[in-house]
Amino acid sequence: MQSDFKKILSQSIAFWTFRILSLAVMGILFSILGFILVKGIGVVSWDFITKMPEDGMTKGGIYPAIIGTLCLIAGSMLFAFPIGVMSGIYIFEYTKDSWYRRFVQLMTANLAGVPSIVFGLFGMALFVNKLGFGDSILAGSLTLGLLALPVVIRTTEEALKAIENSYREASYALGATKLQTIKRVTLPMALPNIITGLILSIGRVSGETAPILFTVAAYFLPKLPTSVFDQVMALPYHLYVISTSGTNIAESRGMAYGTAVILILIVLILNIIANIIRRFLTKKYKTN
Amino acid sequence: MRLLLVLVKPLPLTVIKKVINKLIEGLLMLSSTITTLTVLLIVLFLFKEGVSVFKESPLEGENVIVLSNQNKVSHLTSIDIKKIFDQETTNWKAVGGANDSILLFTFNDLSNYFSEEELGPEFEFLPHKMDSLIEANPGMIAVFSKKYLDKNHKSKVATIDNISPKTFLLGKEWFPTANPAVQLGVLPLILGTLYVSIVAILIALPIGLATAIYIAEVAHPKIRAIYKPVIELLAGIPSVVYGFFGLIVIVPLIQKIFDLPVGESGLAGAIVLAIMALPTIITVTEDALRNTPRAMKEASLALGATQWQTIYKVVIPYSASGISAAAILGIGRAIGETMAVLMVTGNAAVMPHSLLEPLRTIPATIAAELGEAPANGIHYKALFGLGCILFIITMVINIWVETISKRRVNR
Repeated sequence: MQSDFKKILSQSIAFWTFRILSLAVMGILFSILGFILVKGIGVVSWDFITKMPEDGMTKGGIYPAIIGTLCLIAGSMLFAFPIGVMSGIYIFEYTKDSWYRRFVQLMTANLAGVPSIVFGLFGMALFVNKLGFGDSILAGSLTLGLLALPVVIRTTEEALKAIENSYREASYALGATKLQTIKRVTLPMALPNIITGLILSIGRVSGETAPILFTVAAYFLPKLPTSVFDQVMALPYHLYVISTSGTNIAESRGMAYGTAVILILIVLILNIIANIIRRFLTKKYKTN
Repeated sequence: MRLLLVLVKPLPLTVIKKVINKLIEGLLMLSSTITTLTVLLIVLFLFKEGVSVFKESPLEGENVIVLSNQNKVSHLTSIDIKKIFDQETTNWKAVGGANDSILLFTFNDLSNYFSEEELGPEFEFLPHKMDSLIEANPGMIAVFSKKYLDKNHKSKVATIDNISPKTFLLGKEWFPTANPAVQLGVLPLILGTLYVSIVAILIALPIGLATAIYIAEVAHPKIRAIYKPVIELLAGIPSVVYGFFGLIVIVPLIQKIFDLPVGESGLAGAIVLAIMALPTIITVTEDALRNTPRAMKEASLALGATQWQTIYKVVIPYSASGISAAAILGIGRAIGETMAVLMVTGNAAVMPHSLLEPLRTIPATIAAELGEAPANGIHYKALFGLGCILFIITMVINIWVETISKRRVNR
């Protein structure tokens, strides 16, 4: 009797500790989001996202930074998405469990673990200096693209892995070639999952600061880019500079909160879209 | 002729199809090699620039250190030079010479010794005059550009070691733009990085572990369905936003609580990193916990163990390697994190003594200084050297995690 009581007591103590700690994790997240949203939501207005910054970045909007980030997202995805999906297909569908597959997978895992500042160093050495692109959208997009590449490869592999082999075998049995099977059967089935990966990697790319520090980001540039060799402002870098350096840190606080809100909203919206696609997908498979 | 005929004759459709198929397959293979190529290129560029720092002399530009021949000293290290010119070392005895006080001479002191007429209108007499002056003063140490060194100089040029791997890794002073000799000791930066990351994991691991156990074993599926996306969101928030939050909330809080002159400190960095490492730790640990075979858990419950006993006697031991993988992965993430740390640690490149003082990590150093370092200069190369160290650390961590998870699969 005594020992039963002890057991139950220790269990409830342990579980309550877990419950409280996990609630604390939630609390941390919501307090971060809440704090920034409450302080910054008043700053965000139509003018804030469509106007140029003014008065040493204390007034006006963040339009060029938004456009810059969109350029970088587009550029990096144009590079990373096709290459990532193609190599994911090659690794999963074409290579058997060979040394080549293991080698490429090891390299992908390593690339995924490389700190973002090292991508920045590499991008600066190769794209900016060696290839002579200078600080430009091109150099920044390629650097960010390399960073997103392992994410896209991994999601493509996972998406292909999730498809049952019987679908492939059925296709082969009907006389389809490997490429036809990929084109008509596996890729369409894997596409929603691949798109989810794409959305999540857009979220990652849009918030990265370290890789663009030395490859593209401009401190203050109140005009829009006209070619891929132009510098641009970018949201995460903008938040970094106006909250740490410059002469008007106190006066630019409002703008900093606003920029942080926009960054959080981007991630939030992308996450919601990814979740909707995922839910839609599971439903679709269930009804089938 | 034959070739032309072949070209003119329409190729059968199957051949064209085959060629296209081969082309597409080639393209697929090409893109899968790009990743490999990128890793190799990163290694190549990083290490080419980083290792070349060891061919550099710590003296700035084309400068030389010139001593009198009567001086016993003829070899100086970069730390000696710094101490001499900071006037911390004032006697030649300290660097292995005679008991004689050190007399500094730079171009700023020129007018104390010579009038403008003596040097000539184009400074053409300067090299000879300086040479005689230095030779006459055994205690004098002079630093000036090589082009002002007299061609038949009687004084001697001190030999100075190039930056060596040992002084680079174990040096305790980081003054990459110091004059006349740069100090490239990265030990404070390495220690700062490890210090902040390990403290961050010590904070995050218990909380993350508890949350993972709660989500995997205790929580109702409905609660789990709320927790999972929220933790995903936590992982998706850009590091610069965490840094901003740390800067405006955690830093002032620490300053107030501990009554510090500045709140930017190792502790602020560790707290922000702990928050950022939580999603990684929770997700990886939860996956590991969920991999425990159902039969094992049920066997334990059938023997009369409570749910909690099952968790700590069966589930946790079974997933121990997964949990350690989570901890190592978390440390790896924390070591590589740049922006948030840069914004909240205060960035003082000194040996870390306490968590309440400003300190500086490797990634933050690269981010803060690369913009100011002229391309291909010694500072630039030293920052690439730091990048190499960072790359090696994270590579080792990745391979470590890989072997741990392999071991788990094999079991």
